Amino acid sequence: MDAKQYDHLQQSLSPKPSILKNCLKAFLVGGIICTIGQLITFFYITYFNFTEKTAGNPTVATIIFLTMLLTGFGVYKKIGQFAGAGSAVPVTGFGNSVISAAIEHKTEGFVLGVGGNIFKLAGSVIVFGVTAAFVVALVKLILVTMGVANW
Amino acid sequence: MLSSLIMAFIVGGLICVIGQLLMDIGKLTPAHTLTILVVAGAILDGFNLYEPLIDFAGAGATIPITSFGNSLTHGAIAEAEKHGWIGVLTGMFEVTSSGISAAILFGMIGALIFHSKGQHP
Repeated sequence: MDAKQYDHLQQSLSPKPSILKNCLKAFLVGGIICTIGQLITFFYITYFNFTEKTAGNPTVATIIFLTMLLTGFGVYKKIGQFAGAGSAVPVTGFGNSVISAAIEHKTEGFVLGVGGNIFKLAGSVIVFGVTAAFVVALVKLILVTMGVANW
Repeated sequence: MLSSLIMAFIVGGLICVIGQLLMDIGKLTPAHTLTILVVAGAILDGFNLYEPLIDFAGAGATIPITSFGNSLTHGAIAEAEKHGWIGVLTGMFEVTSSGISAAILFGMIGALIFHSKGQHP
């Protein structure tokens, strides 16, 4: 078998990445993570006197704590290989990128390794989030000052 | 209670599908996808569209990363309402401190107790 035939055979045998299948997996896993988040929100509203609006912050903190355990034991990586965006888009994905960077660079020391690399992967999300929020808020302030829009 | 769980599942799942489509059809890296979603959340809040989604879907809207952009804009706008120009800068992390502080704290604790075996996907 020459190289060309081999390439052809390999292409016909290897599974084609199906967009529909990927989306279904992302939908299921992302949905389940958000459902767990909703259950934690109920927990804080029922037992700690939070309201629907204020329960978001402790929920995010709790879910990032769970992410730390899953990341540390290597489970989150496996979920990520299955779910794609389903595990990257929820805040657990943000937590995973911070926590995994911290663990991975531990060998370089706590100041240069952990401290210096902790936002290596999540940094772009924070930088562009802050920049976008600044521009949006500034535009809105200008529009309101001009009397074009309302808060 | 059951209906709000179902709404969280559907809306949260759909936001993840948007992310998956950006990755599969748009051929974007996960980092680019997340950046676009955060910016989208920030812009949606500028039009007062993200808060209604939270009222409707609960954790389905607060858990995806779009919510981070929304909270940043929300804090900045709330402070801008009170203090004008300066508030845009100072209000930024008013609402959304918990995600970042929790990630830093648990990242530090994780680094103390776990050893690396290639955790990142």
